[in-house]
Amino acid sequence: MQGEIDWKRSKSGLAGLLGPPLFWFILFFAVPMAVVWAYSFGTNVGIADIEISGTFANYARVLEPLYLGILAKSLAFAALATLICLVVGFPVALAISFAPPGLKTWLLIGVMLPFWTNLLIRTYALIALLRDEGLINQSLSLAFGWAGFEPMQMMNTNFAVMVGLVYVHLPFTVLPLYAALDRLDRSLLEASLDLGAGHLRTIWNIVIPLAGVGIASAVLLTFIPVLGSYLQPDLLGGPDSQMIANVIERQFKRANDWPFGAALAFMLMYLTFFGIALQSLLKKKERTE
Amino acid sequence: MKEPKALLDYARSWPLRLWMGAVGLFLYLPLAVLIVMSFNDSRRTTKWQGFTFDWYGKVFQDTELMGALGNSLTIAAFSTVISLILGTLAAIALWRFRFPGRTLVDGSFSLPIVVPEICMGVALLIFFARILPWPGGMVWPLSLGAIIISHVAFSFPFVAVVVRARLESFDRSMEEAARDLGASEWQALRDVVVPHLQPALLAGALLAFTLSLDDFVITFFTAGPDTVTFPVKVYSMVRFSVSPKVNAISTLLLVFTVLLTFIALRLQAKAEAEKS
Repeated sequence: MQGEIDWKRSKSGLAGLLGPPLFWFILFFAVPMAVVWAYSFGTNVGIADIEISGTFANYARVLEPLYLGILAKSLAFAALATLICLVVGFPVALAISFAPPGLKTWLLIGVMLPFWTNLLIRTYALIALLRDEGLINQSLSLAFGWAGFEPMQMMNTNFAVMVGLVYVHLPFTVLPLYAALDRLDRSLLEASLDLGAGHLRTIWNIVIPLAGVGIASAVLLTFIPVLGSYLQPDLLGGPDSQMIANVIERQFKRANDWPFGAALAFMLMYLTFFGIALQSLLKKKERTE
Repeated sequence: MKEPKALLDYARSWPLRLWMGAVGLFLYLPLAVLIVMSFNDSRRTTKWQGFTFDWYGKVFQDTELMGALGNSLTIAAFSTVISLILGTLAAIALWRFRFPGRTLVDGSFSLPIVVPEICMGVALLIFFARILPWPGGMVWPLSLGAIIISHVAFSFPFVAVVVRARLESFDRSMEEAARDLGASEWQALRDVVVPHLQPALLAGALLAFTLSLDDFVITFFTAGPDTVTFPVKVYSMVRFSVSPKVNAISTLLLVFTVLLTFIALRLQAKAEAEKS
């Protein structure tokens, strides 16, 4: 790029600017991560000591049916939550990108505001709705009590976890979708409508193919954070709705098996890296288009 | 006569409006219920029993909760200042210089944004337990050091992204003109580049502050018994039972973050209006 300074011309300038953030990054991010990675090849010796023995036993344990099942369930949960976010969020993103400028700003703020509020509080707010004596059950029994309505159990179920995952991650889907839809060449849509295609057909045949890369990127930007979710399964789910993050937490707190926890954490990291690699491939493709 | 609807006026088609309404309800109803119930004169928080401010009074009497809130605000303040400095330095360095390994550094700095919180949490737990223990028994606020360090580690990359985006719109010839007129490299940076960055610095600071105040998972692994933060305290209260007190304190925090967001948006809009 023009105007960039070659580092040889100002070594002290570069060192002064890049030094402090690079130091912080290496000491407080790269080193801790490397230690977890090393621990994932370690064994417990005694109560508190861990020896980095280079064993693959921890990874072998990850492949046991119990943990493989939890991994599969986490992936399935993340896939389903992403799909729901996409179906719910697509019309929202479409409406925002075609809204008049003044309204558009407010709608965007409306989608982003929950993003700025505390994650724990948002998850907690769902409990008040989903409990046996929560708002939903109470309203339903008020409306259908005469027909013998019994409160449904929603808390501590997979259903509650799914509601929580969608509730928290919906903005992650809507914002990139909006960015993709906002860039579309509108004359193509108008041409399609002029030539007699209906709205749904235009969306299916014109909008979705044109915004395809953007949609795929929105999918990944939702899927990656959902996969690592900890709070929603923990607070809303039951014993059979634990996701991988909850199992990792247990290894480091109650079960106190750090090497195995480290191996699980790195399984999640590998999956995340795979997602990021896909995402950057998509970005490259978008740029060449 | 009613104006004919434009072809692409999706915002005015009724199925989409209905959909938007439903999604809006989904996003905001839980928060609305939470706020309404914080004024409910009933311990069980299920049925409306009349209006009261009692829970707010109880919140302010709860010294543990107030202490946790004080910890959180202190951590957020320190973390914001350090993240702002580190993030801005990183953004300017990557924008200004061509050097070997730039792509690698650029990519690495985005890692703390994408790595799952739980992984970073356990990594910092091990780090502060085994590699570089934070000295115990320090006076407050030094006792919060480990948490502040952790928060900076995941916040400063966000600041760098925001500042970097703003730098893209900077006209480099302005800086060259300053240099030609005799400003030193440092003076040109301070008097020409940094003023241009002002709205981004504000947005970055707000982002860092909310990220820190919001964080539960990473703090959960780095907090000790004497360094409980607000989310960690609320978490233990929620695990224990659903209480109207949690509703009250949540409402206060919601109002606080919403106000902060709006102030930042206003300031940003004002800064942009002044520029043009």
